[in-house]
Amino acid sequence: MSNHTQPPQPAEGEPTPRIGVYVCHCGLNIAQTVNCPQVADKAAQADDVVLSTDITYACSEPGQQQIKQDIIDRQLDRVVIASCSPRLHEPTFKQMAQDAGINPYMVEMANLREQCSWVHMNDQDQATAKAETLVEMAVSRVRHLQPLHEDTLPLTKRTLVIGGGIAGIQAALDLADSGYEVTLVEKEPSIGGMMARLDKTFPTMDCSI
Amino acid sequence: MTDAGRHPRIKLLTLSEVKDVRGYVGNFEVTIIKRAKYVDETECTACGDCAAACPVVRPDEFNMGLSSRKAIYSAFPQAVPSSYQINIKECLGHNPAVCSKCVDVCEKKCINFHMSDEEIVEEVGSIIVATGLTPYDPTELDEYGYSRHENVLTSLEFERLVNAGGPSKGKLIRPTDRRRPKSVGFIQCVGSRSRRKGKEYCSNICCMNTIKSTLVLKEHYPDMEVKVFYIDIRAFGKGFEELYTRSRRLGVKFIRGLPGSATETADRSLRVAVENGASNSLEFHELDMLVLAQGVQPAPSTQRLQEIMGLQLTPDGFYLEAHPKLQPVDAATRGVFYAGCAEGPKDIKESVTQASAAAVRAIRLMHRGEITTEPITAEVIAENCTSCGICAKVCPYNAISVEVKKRQPAVVNQAACAGCGTCAAECRTDAISMNHFTDQQLVGQVDAMLNQAPDSKILVFACNWCSYAGADYAGVSRLQYPANVHLIRVMCSGRVDEKFIWEGFRQGAPVVLVSGCHIGDCHYIDANHWTEKRVNRLHKKMAKLGIRPERLQLEWISAAEGIRFAEKMRQMEALRRSVSAEEIAETSELLANAKVPLMER
Repeated sequence: MSNHTQPPQPAEGEPTPRIGVYVCHCGLNIAQTVNCPQVADKAAQADDVVLSTDITYACSEPGQQQIKQDIIDRQLDRVVIASCSPRLHEPTFKQMAQDAGINPYMVEMANLREQCSWVHMNDQDQATAKAETLVEMAVSRVRHLQPLHEDTLPLTKRTLVIGGGIAGIQAALDLADSGYEVTLVEKEPSIGGMMARLDKTFPTMDCSI
Repeated sequence: MTDAGRHPRIKLLTLSEVKDVRGYVGNFEVTIIKRAKYVDETECTACGDCAAACPVVRPDEFNMGLSSRKAIYSAFPQAVPSSYQINIKECLGHNPAVCSKCVDVCEKKCINFHMSDEEIVEEVGSIIVATGLTPYDPTELDEYGYSRHENVLTSLEFERLVNAGGPSKGKLIRPTDRRRPKSVGFIQCVGSRSRRKGKEYCSNICCMNTIKSTLVLKEHYPDMEVKVFYIDIRAFGKGFEELYTRSRRLGVKFIRGLPGSATETADRSLRVAVENGASNSLEFHELDMLVLAQGVQPAPSTQRLQEIMGLQLTPDGFYLEAHPKLQPVDAATRGVFYAGCAEGPKDIKESVTQASAAAVRAIRLMHRGEITTEPITAEVIAENCTSCGICAKVCPYNAISVEVKKRQPAVVNQAACAGCGTCAAECRTDAISMNHFTDQQLVGQVDAMLNQAPDSKILVFACNWCSYAGADYAGVSRLQYPANVHLIRVMCSGRVDEKFIWEGFRQGAPVVLVSGCHIGDCHYIDANHWTEKRVNRLHKKMAKLGIRPERLQLEWISAAEGIRFAEKMRQMEALRRSVSAEEIAETSELLANAKVPLMER
């Protein structure tokens, strides 16, 4: 099961990390408040950072392509993407890392948009200083990251649909017609929900049942 | 409806409710209570002989109490399943059997008073939550006199009156005299868009529902006077504007302004006072019938289900999606999806669209027949383990076993571990390492943050699901707060080790905030209870050491509480300003020599 067991600390004699840092402008979303080139320059001075640059849209196809190429050309083994919230694009960059041949868990994001440029819009200097610290924190974290591997588990091909109104009925039918087993639970004596009570329904003005 | 009822792959459980959900994506175990119908579903032919014989008469819920039914009944003529059921609380005959008239007349002998509620356990890989809505009850809006004037109806009651299957066979009649009204008025935004009573949000469907009703009236009774009192008409959907235009062309009067009062006249009509916003004049309208376009509210079961499944709600009480634009049908919990009004007020077309989307999201998850699990799990470092058993005690998933008596090191069941990290935080001997959120990785972030000018910074630990998402929401809403706030993301606030806090203060942090999901909303069942206990423990230790306990704060911030997040950050900044350089230096020195767990270096 635990084929991803790793020692808690990198063993001695392991090669030094080769970190790439990308400071994303997100068009103007980040760049109009944060001085991205300055943040990238600052990060370039950190230990183990092989490459640090600003980038217009890290998540775009050309952006990803550039990072992937750098990973290969400069033998990067981990990257920091300083852009939006990891809750938005972490899966994107994990996939990108995997495509470029490094472990997807060797990616760290610094949240320069939702938690910096968008919330400190009136103070560019302070926002830039904060962005520098956030990137520094991410570089520190990425240095200590370890490759991890996902496990696969069996799955039950059955869906529980809670509620037998029009939404529940439609979802249940779509699933069942696609070959999946469905359990449809309704607290009332009949399915149909609110819609069954309506007379005509717009915009077609036909019967609801 | 009938398609769903007879589909070979759909198991239909009516009069049933979900009691408990356990497990995780791909392998949920759901406990369902199926209440007894006292009629054998498979045998009943819905002939209706039983209902004809039943002496108990009760208001019919399906027709909003505008007609009656018996104690043994079918919900409505097209009900699926069509079989009858007995409301056992109303039935006279079951105990002792004094009536049993239905049993006598039932030819199929399918009535059985000895049935009892069943508990059904289902194994499922994904869950679609489509719990719908509840209409707003306008009783509290006393100015419209819904509970006093019989000819004031809700939109749903009106629906039943114009429905061919309804109590009046589709003929619109006034409840007081059963004669057809010559004039009908509709009042919009009842329970919607109001700060005073009801809800602040727009219920989305009422404008078009009213316009539809006006068309139905004009089609059946071209001479009827129909008036609509409104704030705005929101006819934004495909084909909606055309219906609105058609309604006006047919002579429906749209009057801009919500009535201030409705009083009853001698013939039990309604006299409505309204300030007409278009003509800027106070007008009085006399109408035979008044219909309140009631708003949409979350279904009553929403909160219970949210607690059972650890889901999140918006401040309005509907379910919160994982992302408002890019994952509009996904819950933050993997394997759970939303459809219909459970996620927010929406019309039929939108509900159907979202339901199909939810179905495809579920199929996308299940089609490979296996599921990949996140390797963010706990691992035991056996040589450090003293078999004390605390990790097993705090694990919300019972994923850790320790043979305390045999002094065998703890073992983590990787499949059951969800990765909250509470065990790693509680372990006093550093015998548990949390993958991807190790002590070294997290303290490394603290180090980097406090490397320069630590006294100017605010250190915040935020859980991925609620507080970090709440901070993101503050960003999406462009709420401004002090720029010295720095967040460190953990999966759960339960992961925030004592050590991290002490390290923060030792390195000169003026203030530290630990934030997580509200109690009861924790993404890891109840792991945040341990966060709370830990912070209380830390407060006591701080007081003992002579460090002001309020410098460590704990706050529960949900994913929808961007405003609360920004407000808390401003409070933290005020608190930070109250901490002097001397106080910080003193704390650093104190902690360097005190017996508190720090990072080994």
